[in-house]
Amino acid sequence: MIRIWTLMVVLTMAGVAAAQEARPLAENPQVEARLKVLAVELRCLVCQNQTLADSNAPLAEDLRREVREMIAKNMSDQDIINFLVERYGDFVLYRPPLRATTTVLWIGPFLLLAVAGTVLIMALRRRQKTLPDVVVSDADHERVVQLLSDGAKHP
Amino acid sequence: MIPEIGHFALILALCVAAVQGTVPIFGAASGNASFMAVAKPAARGQFLLVLIAFCCLGYAFADKDFSVLYVAANANSKLPLHYRLAAIWGAHEGSLLLWTFILTLWMMAVTLFSKHLPDAMRARILGVMGLVSLGFLLFMLTVSNPFERLIPAAPDGRDLNPLLQDPGMVMHPPMLYMGYVGFSVAFAFAIAALLGGNLDAAWARWSRPWTTVAWCFLTVGIALGSGWAYYELGWGGWWFWDPVENASFMPWLAGTALIHSLAVTDKRGGFKVWTVLLAILAFSLSLLGTFLVRSGVLTSVHAFATDPKRGLFILVFLAVVIGGSLLLYAWRAPRVGLGGGFDPVSREAMLLVNNVLLVVAMASVLLGTLYPLFLDALGLGKISVGPPYFDTVFVPLMTPALFLMGIGPLAQWKKASLPDLALRLRWAFGVSVATAVLLPVVLGKWTPLLSLGLLLALWIVTTAVVNIRERLTRLEGAGLVNRLASIPRSYWGMILAHCGIAVFIVGVTMVKGFETEQDVRMNVGDHATIGGYTFQFDGAKDLVGPNYIAARGTFRVTKDGHDVTVMYPEKRRYMVQSQTMTEAAIDSGLLRDLYVSLGEPLEAGAWSVRLYHKPFIDWIWGGCLIMAVGGVLAITDRRYRLAWRREQEVPVAASQPVEASIV
Repeated sequence: MIRIWTLMVVLTMAGVAAAQEARPLAENPQVEARLKVLAVELRCLVCQNQTLADSNAPLAEDLRREVREMIAKNMSDQDIINFLVERYGDFVLYRPPLRATTTVLWIGPFLLLAVAGTVLIMALRRRQKTLPDVVVSDADHERVVQLLSDGAKHP
Repeated sequence: MIPEIGHFALILALCVAAVQGTVPIFGAASGNASFMAVAKPAARGQFLLVLIAFCCLGYAFADKDFSVLYVAANANSKLPLHYRLAAIWGAHEGSLLLWTFILTLWMMAVTLFSKHLPDAMRARILGVMGLVSLGFLLFMLTVSNPFERLIPAAPDGRDLNPLLQDPGMVMHPPMLYMGYVGFSVAFAFAIAALLGGNLDAAWARWSRPWTTVAWCFLTVGIALGSGWAYYELGWGGWWFWDPVENASFMPWLAGTALIHSLAVTDKRGGFKVWTVLLAILAFSLSLLGTFLVRSGVLTSVHAFATDPKRGLFILVFLAVVIGGSLLLYAWRAPRVGLGGGFDPVSREAMLLVNNVLLVVAMASVLLGTLYPLFLDALGLGKISVGPPYFDTVFVPLMTPALFLMGIGPLAQWKKASLPDLALRLRWAFGVSVATAVLLPVVLGKWTPLLSLGLLLALWIVTTAVVNIRERLTRLEGAGLVNRLASIPRSYWGMILAHCGIAVFIVGVTMVKGFETEQDVRMNVGDHATIGGYTFQFDGAKDLVGPNYIAARGTFRVTKDGHDVTVMYPEKRRYMVQSQTMTEAAIDSGLLRDLYVSLGEPLEAGAWSVRLYHKPFIDWIWGGCLIMAVGGVLAITDRRYRLAWRREQEVPVAASQPVEASIV
């Protein structure tokens, strides 16, 4: 009986001893912090549309490990990106690099804003000219004031 | 037998749509009253027929009729009933049926709430909607029939995609489609006005409530989708700039611009040409969105089938609808007169600038969404356009728009004075800037984006306060309660919707700035602390669901030694499609969400676990909800209720002069 009690106590103690602060999956927190920054800009190549940071796919895990290794080798972010682009193409980057083929993509929105702004200003100017000038005489103005105050008195 | 009835109902609906799309429009053009009168019964008949078809498909799902191809492909005998019913819109064919059904529902609503419209106008509106419906019915019956039989019948179905087996599936698509399709009413109003040549303030007044209702549905629909992605995808993201999300966001941006432009047309008679263009744009983007998502051009969880015949039909249909309406626009719009004049500094001008910014933002989203497709099609390489791109482009475009949002409602129509505005807004500005700079420092982290987000949110709220105060002081006399009550609901709606944006911005800013996460390996009994909360892992147990098996973890959460909650994240394996799904556990709160998702089982009962602390994230969806409530408030405004009451008193047969029957 005592033996069973002892066993139970020991087992409970073991359970308590095992309960501890959970270990981060990553062995090196600094590496992990850099990986996190990089991984949100990289595409998981086999997923439908997920970043490397968000994906649980095995291939994403492999790629994350590779990036970790590169970080551990002290490669700069740019070196790592260059390496990945060389291997997988621009497809791996969620921020498309500025190239001849992507000029329209990057310039487009702001060009459009400039064009729309210019057209808007020109259209408003033209409109201002074509609108007939309504001359409000002092007498008209007084009449309006009169009418408005009347309205206020007799709702 | 039942599926055949559904099929037959669709064929009949097609015939009715063909009549509805031609006879009333011809009648309106030739002044033939009996031709025009066809529109209403035709629209109601079509609604009934499509409803029958819809119910038949629902019955086939409920009855587990696996001799219907669509049912066999999207349900399983073990799938619970509510998901079997939601599976009606679980794939391509059924979602088009839902689309068409909702279109006929809107038609029905138009027939009910349009007694005050002139006969010709109503005939044209229903005619245009009939034509849109004709296209969809034709599409379904030629290349995308949900009632197609599978002979011999399958012994069991292939089941619904596990991602879609979620309460979100029951609500999100119908809401979203109510929004998408709701813009067809604004579109039909615009086309009818172009056809009739009567683009005037009355037209804007009539189409305003319809547009606002559709916009509310779309807002809620998008928020539901985002919330669903947040808890279902298991990585705690709420918006990914996924092409499919963009497809719903573009009509929202255009619709938002449309609502504001309609306000100017209604109140000041201005912007008519622009408003019509926006109405066409909003609906075109809804169509584009529906088809982009459903055609399989975009690879994502939402895309179902790729079939060249369908692609071709879609392309032709889009070309006809968008091209046709733009041609009509180019032909008719130049004849529309100008509205009242206004100064470069005036409420009109600010609304116009906001409109331009919204449309440019919309165009940028369109560009970013379609650009990879074009490059790929032209053989210029594959690229990815993701969140970093959209954030870079979208934030600078939206910042001035949000800033103007604070000033616009305070500016006078026609001519405002900048010094006067500056004087009235100096306190709002001072308070916003000071708080935006200091608050992040107090909270322990300062970044430019954090301050910018808080500044914009505070600016919107403080200017709203100034606005309400000015409005109250202007109504002299009477007690505060009377003064508050005398302010029209549409005004409160506007203020509330704008504050919804502010709440949304707070959510986005805070969660981006302060969220923390941990990737840990947890043995049974291990604990990890994040955001002041301690999570203890009590192990994972096996669990058997109706059509899946799962491992279910138990996490006890404490804060400062007090119990907070117990969370049960799951890792499910759906049997039929043998797909693994992460069911995150979320503890929601006003100021923070706790989010736990199970990763992979490791040795000896240990698991890899992701823990997140997400401050203010529920404000994102709360903000959207507030926006939608603002919209609802605006359409319950007194003048619409009066119009509605008057309508009840008007005998149906009497054709009153238009001006007399509207407010």
